[in-house]
Amino acid sequence: MTKTSTRRGFMKGGLTAGAALATAGLTAPARAEGDPAITEIQDWNRYSGPGVDASPYGKPSDFEAHVVRRNVAWLTADPVSSVNFTPLHELDGIITPNGLCFERHHAGVAEVDPQKHRLMINGLVDTPLVFTMADLMRFPRENHVYFLECAANSGMEWRGAQLNGCQYTHGMVHCVMYTGVKLKHLLEEAGVKTAGKWVMPEGADASAMTRSIPLEKALDDCLVAFKMNGEALRPEQGYPLRLVVPGWEGNMWVKWLRRLEVGDEPWHAREETSKYTDLLADGKARRFTWVMDVKSVITSPSPQMPITHGKGRTVLTGLAWSGTGRIARVDVSLDGGRNWVTARLDGPSLPKALHRFYHEFDWDGSELFLQSRAIDEAGFVQPTKPELRAVRGANSIYHNNGIQTWHVATDGVVENVEIS
Amino acid sequence: GTHGVLHLGRPATEAEVAAWDIDVRPDGLGLPEGRGTVTDGEALYSEQCAACHGDFGEAIGRWPVLAGGQDTLTNDRPVKTIGSYWPYLSTVYDYIRRTMPFGNARSLSDDDVYALTAYVLYLNDVVTDEDFELSRETFLSVDMPNAGGFIDDDRMSEPHYANKADPCMKDCKPGKAEITMHAAVLDVTPEGEDGADGAPS
Repeated sequence: MTKTSTRRGFMKGGLTAGAALATAGLTAPARAEGDPAITEIQDWNRYSGPGVDASPYGKPSDFEAHVVRRNVAWLTADPVSSVNFTPLHELDGIITPNGLCFERHHAGVAEVDPQKHRLMINGLVDTPLVFTMADLMRFPRENHVYFLECAANSGMEWRGAQLNGCQYTHGMVHCVMYTGVKLKHLLEEAGVKTAGKWVMPEGADASAMTRSIPLEKALDDCLVAFKMNGEALRPEQGYPLRLVVPGWEGNMWVKWLRRLEVGDEPWHAREETSKYTDLLADGKARRFTWVMDVKSVITSPSPQMPITHGKGRTVLTGLAWSGTGRIARVDVSLDGGRNWVTARLDGPSLPKALHRFYHEFDWDGSELFLQSRAIDEAGFVQPTKPELRAVRGANSIYHNNGIQTWHVATDGVVENVEIS
Repeated sequence: GTHGVLHLGRPATEAEVAAWDIDVRPDGLGLPEGRGTVTDGEALYSEQCAACHGDFGEAIGRWPVLAGGQDTLTNDRPVKTIGSYWPYLSTVYDYIRRTMPFGNARSLSDDDVYALTAYVLYLNDVVTDEDFELSRETFLSVDMPNAGGFIDDDRMSEPHYANKADPCMKDCKPGKAEITMHAAVLDVTPEGEDGADGAPS
């Protein structure tokens, strides 16, 4: 064993001991002689840490091991056609780290060799085309930050409060910077015929996902993306190529994108008939409900982020977003919607992207009913759940953007509730 | 090539387009040659499908229910199946052909898919004759029960969106908030029957 590796092994042991000390420091009463976190020399203050060759691709601190995607086993028949959830409660700002972006697959993660990946354009075009990844890298590129929200985000909450944590109630959303090529440029290369009115993306995975997208949207702001947050797409996010459909339901953002067909009518694929149609109380169902409406959630305090510091200064924070454009304003209520104050938006305000809001207040230790209400630049106001149910019933599954209530008990414990 | 503006990519061959473009539309566009009867489909179904979807399309565990549920769409707990909910038969053919059986997609022949589609119609009482043969020629003669059950997105007509009113800021509701429902499941997992309805699938 070399001297270096011995020291590294020692360091690893030291890390665990450090964690125990840090925890003890939080709970033990202050010693007369002072805080041992200060008065005692810490391992990291004495011993060298890992060198620059230790982790060619870095990972979060071991102390952040709890900040992970989580799934809910009973939601689906099988983890291969299923979903997991972004840990929104632990995150800040507006960008979701790539490794924490929620996953939704219909036949697992396709592991596609980029050398063998092809993108075909066919249908009502002048010249059906095939592109390699290398071809796609020669088109003009654009960078955009967009949220991607699953149509079923908050879907388990249609009938009432069910899952206890914003990771579960709102975590089928993420927001990254995409680098890609405008879909418009690709379609222009093939030449869309006058009769072409719809575009159908298709995935290369075993679910061969297909959706129908109107040509106007395809030509407006859709991207064919190969990078997220600066690096290649993660396999679970469609490596090496995915469709980006800003503001629209996540199902349409076809991953492992291999084909775009142009047609004169929609295809009515399984994912726009059986699924991603919204059953109303009268037995009719809405189809082609593409846009994700104005929405927000308080990420802290929340069930997974109780108030542990007692009374006094408290930071309330959360996320707001709208498929229509920018968020103009977020209001926050501490008393279940009786009274509202306008929260402070902070950070970039980009269309069809997550927005971060804060509201700092002095908590007097009494119970709270926290709510947030987003308003987008078009003037649409986030509705309450009762307002949504009044017009839709409780069986829509998708597009639940109702206002969320968190109950903060006097001990700081937070619960997902519905209120009168 | 001479195509396009930037002259990137190359023309797709007919064989390449045929290999990938297998989608089928409600008007029958994309249907391949082929045929299969309800009886053919029953044998295939038992072998390839019943382990997940159940002998009668009733489903095992959380796997999708394929048959039944007619006239339940206004119920408190609707049962949405091919017979009770799906608007187009083309979707059945297209989806089976491109993605089923789960874990072994693209393994069925075009005739197999016609036969299975015919059998699923039989399970749903949409056809009642075991000798019924589904083919490109007979495909459009089948009427799906819920074909008229869909409307285009009209969310923007809902009162909370339509008026775009500046919302109330002060003394918006009388009295103190009272909890009417607690999160039923603390930190997840259980066997909650309720979850099925809201679950993405």
